[in-house]
Amino acid sequence: MQEIWDILPGLGDKLAAHVVLAASAIALAMLIALPLAVWAGRSRAVSRIALSLASLVQTIPALALLALFFPLLLSLRSVFGEGLPTLGFLPALMALTLYALLPILRNAVTAQANLDEGVLEAADGVGMTKWQKLVLVEAPLSAPFIMAGIRTASVWTIGAATLATTIGQPSLGDPIFAGLQTQNWALVLAGCLASAGLALAADNLLWVIEVGLARRKRWMTYGGMGLVILGILAALSGQRTEETGRPVVIASKQFSEQYILAQLIGSRLEAAGYKVEYRDGLGSAVVHSALASSSIDISVDYTGTIWANYLKRADNPGREAMVETIRSWEAETNGVKVLGRLGFENAYAFAMRADRAKALGVTSLADLVGKGGALTVGGDPEFFERPEWLAVRDAYGLRFGKTRNFAPTFMYDALRSGEADVISAYTSDGRIAADRLVVLADPKGALPGYDALLMLSPRIADDPGIAAALQPLLGAISVEAMREANFAVDREDAGKLTPKQAADALAKQAGL
Amino acid sequence: METAPPLLRFDGVTCRFGEVTAVGSGAGGVTCDIASGTFVAMVGASGSGKSTLLKTVNTLVVPTGGRVLFGGEDVSGLPPAKLRRRVGYVFQGIGLFPHFSVAENIAIGPRLAGEKLAPARIAELLELVELDPVFGARMPDELSGGQRQRVGVARALAGEPELLIMDEPFGALDPVTRDALGRKVRELHDTLGLTTVMVTHDMAEALLLADRVVVMDKGAMVADATPRGLLAGEGGTVAQRLVRVPREQAEKLAAMEGLGEVPGG
Repeated sequence: MQEIWDILPGLGDKLAAHVVLAASAIALAMLIALPLAVWAGRSRAVSRIALSLASLVQTIPALALLALFFPLLLSLRSVFGEGLPTLGFLPALMALTLYALLPILRNAVTAQANLDEGVLEAADGVGMTKWQKLVLVEAPLSAPFIMAGIRTASVWTIGAATLATTIGQPSLGDPIFAGLQTQNWALVLAGCLASAGLALAADNLLWVIEVGLARRKRWMTYGGMGLVILGILAALSGQRTEETGRPVVIASKQFSEQYILAQLIGSRLEAAGYKVEYRDGLGSAVVHSALASSSIDISVDYTGTIWANYLKRADNPGREAMVETIRSWEAETNGVKVLGRLGFENAYAFAMRADRAKALGVTSLADLVGKGGALTVGGDPEFFERPEWLAVRDAYGLRFGKTRNFAPTFMYDALRSGEADVISAYTSDGRIAADRLVVLADPKGALPGYDALLMLSPRIADDPGIAAALQPLLGAISVEAMREANFAVDREDAGKLTPKQAADALAKQAGL
Repeated sequence: METAPPLLRFDGVTCRFGEVTAVGSGAGGVTCDIASGTFVAMVGASGSGKSTLLKTVNTLVVPTGGRVLFGGEDVSGLPPAKLRRRVGYVFQGIGLFPHFSVAENIAIGPRLAGEKLAPARIAELLELVELDPVFGARMPDELSGGQRQRVGVARALAGEPELLIMDEPFGALDPVTRDALGRKVRELHDTLGLTTVMVTHDMAEALLLADRVVVMDKGAMVADATPRGLLAGEGGTVAQRLVRVPREQAEKLAAMEGLGEVPGG
């Protein structure tokens, strides 16, 4: 509990960014929804189309909606030029705005439809123009209902804004995602508490305004509005601290190793005098295109991933050849610079419990042939669809009695409890060492290499200072050292480290 | 009979909503002149077209045929907002703006014209409809139905209109309030020199308040006579059927009084 209170004060920046993002999205949604509602009030067709579209948006999961804006904005660069941001504030704003439309629109349309006929007739009868009728009668009488819609939209938006982390927009989702990946529950809870607290505060303030409007208590209406504006101004001023030159943006995907390496890279650059910014917890699919478009500057990616997903190749020419092919392909197609290998691999590998492997007399994949029928193999949710699995299966002619999917964390538990006999592990995973697992040899070389590559965006590809600062990392990180660092972050006991601490320990061990 | 030029003229007016002809079902539509200073009641059953005809005056309803002339001008050529400020409108729904105080409701017409109504004038208007000036500060939901319609009348009079049109103005009020407010309106009509057109389904009310009664039936004007004339048997069968109701009620009441006791006690 104490830990959470220690973390909360450090979340000021994230809170400010969160407030600015959510407030902008709601303001923009109001700007779109309110005129649209007025139009919908005068045309049944507009009303039906607008409400259907807004409802349709709600059926798209927020996470997917946020991610969809990245390729959309990327393609719009051909129209608006390379300056159009594809990650961060802009796509987050657009997605959240779409999400906030429905409650505001629906309440505004309903409020208009339920206005007292007599009052509307009187407005015409006393000689109001359409505009006067809207401003003097329809708007003030609808205001409490519209405000209720804005309240709903605000709570939704503040909640959904935590997902903006995945497309590189700082928010209160940063501690939540970082905490989830490194199993730092205090961090997760701190992020959740902060965003829930913000949502509650916004809801209550807007409730005061709503009641003020409904009961015609001006002091409540204006008092509530004043506090909301004050909060947004405070967040804006809190955000406006550093705008001098763009920092080097270091990305990480959503697992511990990536967080640790990002910190390791960041601390070296800071030591060399660079200003650094972290975009943690990006979606795996987003990282590569973000790097190519210089929305981020540095990422660590894996040869096998790039090989299969971007070069679209299924063959296996060997580790060295893969690295060289990728290096020239990245330079030619994306302008991305592959600085070099960090030294370790995070490959798919088949792992077994030591006692079980010994009992069955298994040390390599070839030994499983003929024995697999009695065994259960476990993999992460996508594993049995991936080319790696097909390659291994076909190369050795493997047949397993059962295949089961597990979330990565539970895969190791399944092995321990005997629910799986063999699992698709990751070679740099700390739990291989911790659980004393046996990694089966791959004599036929069916599994492709997954060398960790340090990659630079076109923007900094030719920056000699950055290359010099990062050069010592190349070839410096052994798979054992990486496993140890990963395990230190993943473990649940007193030895648990933060990614930053683990990165420092890793640097020391690598002699940096 | 009428020497003054008509303030209001319905000239062959028809109102059709799809297949239904609400007004002007007879040949040539509805034609009728209303002289300045008269109090005209339009009487008829529900659906006879009387309200629709009335609403063509301030263009809340636009006729599909014919013209409505106000002060000699075709109302369809006048800017609606301007026209409606010259025509006081009182209707059954009352339609006080719930978010405005009584005083703000009364002052709305002049306010729309860019003119601020002085507190003294608001007090005067409230007194005209027999409300204490302290009511000015109250909100509409603090008033009774009768008080609200009094405010409705005061609001209609605030812009010093040339014409007052009323659509079932007392329809939702209890009989005592209804009687008192009816008489008040007639009194205001006389003292302020108004021209008034009132739509009602109550022939007794029409006979007691108006100078002239127009009877509508299924979209056509079937009678146009003075109350005295109607009581003397003028106006045809529809009008006489409407007149018979209050007459028979009055006769029965008189007979009871003659017997000196109330039967069925």
